[in-house]
Amino acid sequence: MINGIGASPGISIGKVLKLVKENLIVEKRFSDDIDAELSRLESALEMTRSDLRQLIEQTIVNIGEEEANIFEAHINMVNDPEVLGQVKKQISSEKVNAEWAVKQVFNDFIQLFRDMDNDYMRERAADLCDVYERIIRNLLGIKKLDLTKLSESVILVADDLTPSDTASMDRERVIGFLTNVGGKTSHTAIMARTLEIPAIVGLSNVTEDIADGDYVAFDGESGEVVVNPSEDMLNDFRVRQNRYLARKTELDIFRNKVSITMDGREVELFGNIGTPDDVTSLLNNDAEGVGLYRTEFLFMNRSELPNEVEQFTAYKTVLESMRQKTCIIRTLDIGGDKELSYLKIDKEMNPFLGYRAIRLCLDQTDIFKVQLRALLRASTYGKLKIMFPMISSLEELLLAKSLLQQAKSELVTEGVSVSDDIEIGMMIEVPAAALISDVLAKHVDFFSIGTNDLVQYTCAVDRMNQRIHNLYTPLNPGVIRLIKMVIDNAHKEGKKVGMCGEMAGDKRYVPLLLGLGLDEFSMSPISILEARKQIREMTYGDAKEIAKQVLSLDSAESIERFIC
Amino acid sequence: MQSKKLRVETKAGLHARPASMIVKTVNKFKANVKIVKDEKEYDAKSILGILSIASVNGDELTFVAEGEDEIPVLSKVEELFAINFGE
Repeated sequence: MINGIGASPGISIGKVLKLVKENLIVEKRFSDDIDAELSRLESALEMTRSDLRQLIEQTIVNIGEEEANIFEAHINMVNDPEVLGQVKKQISSEKVNAEWAVKQVFNDFIQLFRDMDNDYMRERAADLCDVYERIIRNLLGIKKLDLTKLSESVILVADDLTPSDTASMDRERVIGFLTNVGGKTSHTAIMARTLEIPAIVGLSNVTEDIADGDYVAFDGESGEVVVNPSEDMLNDFRVRQNRYLARKTELDIFRNKVSITMDGREVELFGNIGTPDDVTSLLNNDAEGVGLYRTEFLFMNRSELPNEVEQFTAYKTVLESMRQKTCIIRTLDIGGDKELSYLKIDKEMNPFLGYRAIRLCLDQTDIFKVQLRALLRASTYGKLKIMFPMISSLEELLLAKSLLQQAKSELVTEGVSVSDDIEIGMMIEVPAAALISDVLAKHVDFFSIGTNDLVQYTCAVDRMNQRIHNLYTPLNPGVIRLIKMVIDNAHKEGKKVGMCGEMAGDKRYVPLLLGLGLDEFSMSPISILEARKQIREMTYGDAKEIAKQVLSLDSAESIERFIC
Repeated sequence: MQSKKLRVETKAGLHARPASMIVKTVNKFKANVKIVKDEKEYDAKSILGILSIASVNGDELTFVAEGEDEIPVLSKVEELFAINFGE
């Protein structure tokens, strides 16, 4: 068994077609006939342009106009005056053959892009390689393995796939991708998901491990590949394949539907994200909004604080991509188990009970202010809601709100437009906050219950401690009562309550939470359609009955037995 | 000679698609068009030139055109920025 990064879900079983990266050997020759070399170059460029124009048409028909744009850029690269100028100059002044000149010039540019400290630009080196290969093939007259017409279903195995490969291949016959390189957001992974073809990337040596014509079975979600599987293995994969397809068809029915019970109780199903890129998966899974954007990822893995423009850009991207759907952005939640190398915090005895989240922000207001300004500036690009983490007292909430108000006045004075319709909410993670939720509800527009911390603080159980992990359960009646209290107190003030911890996406708990009156569930994108199915197939009446029964039970064990 | 300062508002900066659109537009005119950023000059008819600016959202770029149709070429480029390259 070989393991890689699951890039596009689904099970594939089939024969391997290996795309061998031919070493296009370019030899240096000298030629006095400069005009002949220049005209060889010109005709190779013309062939390349016409290949690309054909590819653009194919792509528009097979995939979409958006995807065809990349080949427009390729044509521009072929026509690039800087590149052509340098190539022609080498041919005329050094009297070298066209291939050699093209190789030298392209290599320089490819290196230039590979060295940039920007992922996007580094990816463009792949486009240049693609264009380079096309021109060289046309100069050398070497045809490429034609993926447009395949006689049987195949799983493509390659070092990596180029945009040209994915755009030109026969989509009916290609049933999977396995590549040596790449990550979840590389070109191959994105194309695989767009085309709904199972894929695994980052397999490091798959082109060595698998031979052309081998039979393989793989799981594009878990990242497992089996080469020449035994009959038993094969059966196992077939069962998984059928199960996957059945579940997919079953859940697809619930796309573009509201999350409403049979007797008319409507709730919202949101997704949790850590970076703007995660929005894609949210939209693919039909999330109705962002229930929790963990902004701390923007602050991690770097050497200094992100500035206002950088933060603004990230928030704006999320708001715009969600197209007027609710986006709840949580202010910085750092400290506890999440440390920043450039923000020195003294070692604490109990970091989870220490200087973290809103406590840090209210102390180092300069850091907090930058984030608040960035959020407010982004507010005009979508439906923004701002949420404060780890509030344990009314004073903290009021202080955070006044800092937000200050930031807003500053921006207005500076002539920056800010939305007038930003809801302000807070997380309920601390038992003290849950217990005074009647008071807090008067000062916020919504609550969002963070169950991971609420359970840990309510039961006084460190969730990382394996020896006591059996005590860590959201079904402790103490936790359930707090959740009920928070929901009831918020509803009395006409405010809504969401939940963004692990509990909200767990299908075992959805009926109970629905019955307790939860208005919004925020979960990992992959659970959304499943939860919608569950909600649409039950009644609020039944859910309330379940909640009532659960509240009458006296232990986590008996609650678990009742609902699971 | 004419020049115009424009601000990059596309999400991912001047990536391949907007860069392509600039090249396509500028190529319809005779004027020489340069992009100036941080005192460096880039050829606006070269997609690799534009990409190598690696400009991000919020950057300000100065377009400098010289030639008989220097005015219309700049106003076409300005239009691209005004519609934010169709994003």
